[in-house]
Amino acid sequence: MDYATLLQILDTTLRLATPLLLACLAGLYSERAGIFDIGLEGKMLAAAMSAGAVAALTGSAWAGLLAGIGASMIFAALHGIASITFRGNQLISGVALNFLASGITVLIAQALFAQGGRTPPLTGDARFNPVTLPGAEALRDVPVIGPLYYEVISGHSVLVYLALLAVPLTWWVLFRTRFGLRLRAVGENPAAVDTAGVSVVGLRFAAVGITGILCGIAGAYMATALQAGFGREMTAGRGYIALAALIFAKWRPVAALWACLLFGFFQALALRPDVVEAVVQVKVPVPLLDALPYILTVLVLAGFVGKAIPPRAGGEPYVKER
Amino acid sequence: MSADANSMGRQATAAPFAIELKGISKSFGPVQANKDINIAVPRGTIHGIIGENGAGKSTLMSILYGFYKADSGQIFVGGTLTPIPDSQSAIRAGIGMVFQHFKLVQNFTVLENIVLGAEDGALLNTSLTKARKVLKDLAQEYELDVDPDALIEDLSVGHQQRVEILKALYRQADILILDEPTGVLTPAEADHLFRILRGLRDQGKTIILITHKLREIMETTDNVSVMRRGTMVATVKTAETSPEALAELMVGRKVLLEVEKQAPRPGPVVLSVENLRVRDEHGVDRLRGISFEIRAGEILGIAGVAGNGQSELLAALGGMMKASGKVTLKGQDLPLSGAGADGQSRREAGVAHVPEDRHHHGLILDFAAWENVAFGYHNDPKYQKSALFMDNDALRADTEKKMATFDVRPPIPSLAAKNFSGGNQQKIVVAREMEQNPDLLLIGQPTRGVDIGAIEFIHKQIVALRDAGKAILLVSVELDEIMSLSDRIAVMFDGQIMGLRSPESTNERELGLLMAGMTGKTTGEAA
Repeated sequence: MDYATLLQILDTTLRLATPLLLACLAGLYSERAGIFDIGLEGKMLAAAMSAGAVAALTGSAWAGLLAGIGASMIFAALHGIASITFRGNQLISGVALNFLASGITVLIAQALFAQGGRTPPLTGDARFNPVTLPGAEALRDVPVIGPLYYEVISGHSVLVYLALLAVPLTWWVLFRTRFGLRLRAVGENPAAVDTAGVSVVGLRFAAVGITGILCGIAGAYMATALQAGFGREMTAGRGYIALAALIFAKWRPVAALWACLLFGFFQALALRPDVVEAVVQVKVPVPLLDALPYILTVLVLAGFVGKAIPPRAGGEPYVKER
Repeated sequence: MSADANSMGRQATAAPFAIELKGISKSFGPVQANKDINIAVPRGTIHGIIGENGAGKSTLMSILYGFYKADSGQIFVGGTLTPIPDSQSAIRAGIGMVFQHFKLVQNFTVLENIVLGAEDGALLNTSLTKARKVLKDLAQEYELDVDPDALIEDLSVGHQQRVEILKALYRQADILILDEPTGVLTPAEADHLFRILRGLRDQGKTIILITHKLREIMETTDNVSVMRRGTMVATVKTAETSPEALAELMVGRKVLLEVEKQAPRPGPVVLSVENLRVRDEHGVDRLRGISFEIRAGEILGIAGVAGNGQSELLAALGGMMKASGKVTLKGQDLPLSGAGADGQSRREAGVAHVPEDRHHHGLILDFAAWENVAFGYHNDPKYQKSALFMDNDALRADTEKKMATFDVRPPIPSLAAKNFSGGNQQKIVVAREMEQNPDLLLIGQPTRGVDIGAIEFIHKQIVALRDAGKAILLVSVELDEIMSLSDRIAVMFDGQIMGLRSPESTNERELGLLMAGMTGKTTGEAA
């Protein structure tokens, strides 16, 4: 494998890791606050459809992004009401919302556009187009670093950079701010937060809201940047992969970046069976390559990565006791 | 004694009461937890609140801390009417609370726990720097030393409690409420706590101490209020009362505080334990080579601070946890792992077990009392109708009989276990295990969360079983209970037995040293 091919694969890795990363960080906020969210998938799907539809109708990718965030926020609010206000089972609420998203996205897309449950192909400003980072052209011919910068780092849509920036930002928020301290505390011991005179419900809704925003961006990215429009079940389990990455990363933001890049790398490999064959000298069936990220997910969830301790109050509704 | 300096009359005229509750009532559904409670706590005193479980002490304090809203009544703080709808208001009014179960975030540092909810500004750094300084001052002033950067999970229980007190002081609490603060402490730690509390009082803070331990009330408080079944029965000056008088006020009748028992008549060895070892799932050694014997007609008491291997000892002997070593019951080997190392086989072998935690291991709370009476003995031939079906009628009748013998109230076999009070729940478990006529009874924390009347009853039953020639292993964190019931006392520390003593030849001081891991030889200290 030559350097150019490697760069191509890394470029694809970054593109494919972006929705995973956004969803993973989304899950991180929610789970750090003690609300398990298996519904990342559904939120992304709802956001993808809304973003695709609104971008197609208005011709603006930014309008699509807002619509995606809005749709995801509605799902997040439902999850919050079910699991925080009414103290329902968080897994069941999440699964139910995934089913709802799976059906309603196709239904609405079909009703609006009558194209078999898809939204129309997006072109021009209806998509987030690649941006060239400053200096990319100038550095292009510098050996080794130049192509890396030009091919891999530069030339992505603005949402990719947003996702990357979200990593240090999340770390800073969690570990350097009052909000982060309280957020982490409410996921570990809500009674400590409650007795300190801070609202458990308020904090958890805030966290679920942030989850909604990030999932919305992830879904919008799928429909308006990674691809050109929404298609049935286009998230293809990325919400679950993001959850696996979250566990892999032990609920830490920087580790989440690496975990998502790893999953993204496997997805990128699946797109280049020729390269895999050249490297391992054996013809690997394409379906097996496609399955790799999912196999990795199963391995991670089965606990092969060592002990990952989730936030202690995770999954349990908070009930005041004496 | 500074009783006259803290005389209630004088304080009332010199300064308003720190806390005054007037006509507080609170119901949960049909249960009236607090009925028209009036109490006045003078500033700068330690005020005890004592009462049986379910007397309404915790409810009253939860109302004061804004956890519950009273149905009616008024709260005055420092003489002014202060509504307390939530904990934030309580904190603002200068009230701090140290709960029985600490409200700390285990994987946060001490400093993070202290600033949580009391941060200055949106960024953490300034808060943490300030808290570090305040903490240093408080530590010097009140003997409240803790490492500000230690994680809570690495601290001893006593230190965790100090963090809770520091949390309240950091929020500038003038009134500190402590709910059963000594349940998890060694006697030495408890003494340290009371020194701290006296220091706080001398600085003008007001302390409200909720406890069921009469001795603590007598030694520490200036005044004491007694609650019984949701009402405030009396408020008296501690110097003018006695433990017996308080116990009578709590229960509403005369209570025997001492357990009456004859000298033991030990028979042959029933249980022999040699080099018992337990390693938990994290690879930590919980029991590190325990050996002892119990004879027929003998009670061996295991003293120790919670978490020093007592639970694992009970679990290993009860077949609930894998162990290694050699254990024999009347000469027969008891398997410690693999086949035969389970609760069912143990019961068949003649080992009855009243587990420490009745809610998790002793009962299924949603099941009826008669179903709970079957657990562990559900294969007993007397409960079988045929090969396929159990004889539920026989079981119900049997439960009714047990309930009568053990004075379980109400005596209704079909009532779910959760609807009985703590004392009656415990009586159901004790009845189930004792009535099987075991050779060995394992009994853990027999009177935890049990009211005084039921304690008296359960203690009598334990002694009666001993006098019937049975061997009894009693594990309790209540030193008084160990001292009054045991024929021999073993003290556990860090998975080992630190020493065996007889109750006549030892005292609380010596046991306390053993519980803290010291050998207890005064000569050793001098050397």
